Amino acid sequence: MLKIEDLRVNYGGIEAVKGITFEVPDKSIVTLIGANGAGKSTTLRTIAGLVKPRTGKITLDGEEITGKAPNYIVSKGITLVPEGRRVFPDLTVLENLKIGAYLRKDSLTKDLDSIYELFPRLKERSWQAAGTLSGGEQQMLAVGRALMSRPKIMMMDEPSLGLAPLVVKGIFDIIREINRQGVTILLIEQNANMALHTADLAYVLETGRIMLSGSGDEVLKNEQVKKAYLG
Amino acid sequence: MEFAISILLSGISVGGQYALIAIGYTLVYGILRLINFAHGDVFMAAGLMMVYLSASLPLSVSVPLMVILTVALGFAIERIAYKPLRSAPRMSVMISAIGVSYLLQNLATYVTGGLPQMYPSIPGLSASVTIMGATTKWVTVVTPVLVVILVVALTQLIDHTKVGMAMRAVSRDFETAQLMGIKINSVISATFIIGSFLAAVGSVLYFTNYRSIVPLSGAMPGLKAFVAAVFGGIGSIPGAVIGAFLIGICETIIKGSNWTVFSDAFTFALLIVVLVTKPTGLFGEKATDKV
Repeated sequence: MLKIEDLRVNYGGIEAVKGITFEVPDKSIVTLIGANGAGKSTTLRTIAGLVKPRTGKITLDGEEITGKAPNYIVSKGITLVPEGRRVFPDLTVLENLKIGAYLRKDSLTKDLDSIYELFPRLKERSWQAAGTLSGGEQQMLAVGRALMSRPKIMMMDEPSLGLAPLVVKGIFDIIREINRQGVTILLIEQNANMALHTADLAYVLETGRIMLSGSGDEVLKNEQVKKAYLG
Repeated sequence: MEFAISILLSGISVGGQYALIAIGYTLVYGILRLINFAHGDVFMAAGLMMVYLSASLPLSVSVPLMVILTVALGFAIERIAYKPLRSAPRMSVMISAIGVSYLLQNLATYVTGGLPQMYPSIPGLSASVTIMGATTKWVTVVTPVLVVILVVALTQLIDHTKVGMAMRAVSRDFETAQLMGIKINSVISATFIIGSFLAAVGSVLYFTNYRSIVPLSGAMPGLKAFVAAVFGGIGSIPGAVIGAFLIGICETIIKGSNWTVFSDAFTFALLIVVLVTKPTGLFGEKATDKV
């Protein structure tokens, strides 16, 4: 279980996250929703170790991991699929997958097979430079790359950003499938509708604070959320 | 004919020596987007260390020791002068590099008392050899061969090893590379180690040809290697190597045709022409970023 307690983060000179507390239970799908600038990305980036928090505590299964370096966080089984996919464009698809397993020293054959099974399209293109893939394929690659580290928790920053609706549906199917295989998912989305339908647990962020929380369905039925995020 | 061959040979040789320095510029630029102005002075320091080490130690010890110390110097410069500025604006790091460059030159002046130092003669390299009627030193022949071997080894390292893959990833995207678990600082250190190693090897070849070392001995070859890296497209290894060979050969041809005074001018005129007509150089990365 990942626990975030009273996390405050300054980012770009402002307090982007103003003391949030939430939990990500094992093997669940948790979503943070909220408008642009609500502090969602900053929260994930802080958990991943890219940003140091001002105060607060992040614990994974009881161990405090606040402010640790990204490579330590990855080695503990937390990975982040960054916003905008950020695949390495000059590396081949296969190299992108291999680099996802950078900290591992064991054989990767099995993992590669299971990722190619999940995303057959990546197998067809394994020798292509990742920069030549379509947006949807790059998102698949970014997810596959994150899975190569054998994460316990996979955090995803706006996986549906800039993708066609049909592709988005495909991505969410994959998220559920990965979760069924035992990976905890912490997802942030502007596409609140899709995220809330998928999530077991949802938190609504507004300008750095958690305004509401509950199961995906509960939050989905909330009048304020309907008005603000679901249109 | 013999004259033409001897010019070509020595051009290739000088070019190869520039290439070994140019790779250091291009590698560091590829990863840090930093022109490491101190690199030419690391090359000079390698030469001076060799002078002092060989005074009391046999060559079989002093050469490897000099290489190790040069690598350590490159590593230390990065850790002390560049690493603390990792999140500072790029200009600050560049100014720090210029500072290190002057520091090394002044240290060299202090140590040598400003007097030119004589590079030791290295038996295998300094001996004469005759090729197709042209007489030259062995170093002229050894240089291009060694450069090709080192460049092939380096490309293999970058294209086919885990460290190489990490280098390519870091050069493209610091933050995402970190998310993969890559330690950015280790990769940057590796880059400086490789660059300094090649500069150390280059210094042996270069100073066997031009045996007198002064504190500014690294400045001109360093600048020319930098021009070679820009000409080839800074960030690209094959570009730097080809650029260096071209500059070396052109320079020797100009010197051979009694225009010696213009040989340096040629190099820098070339820099201006490249920057005006094709700023990304022969093999430079395109400026457009695909998202």
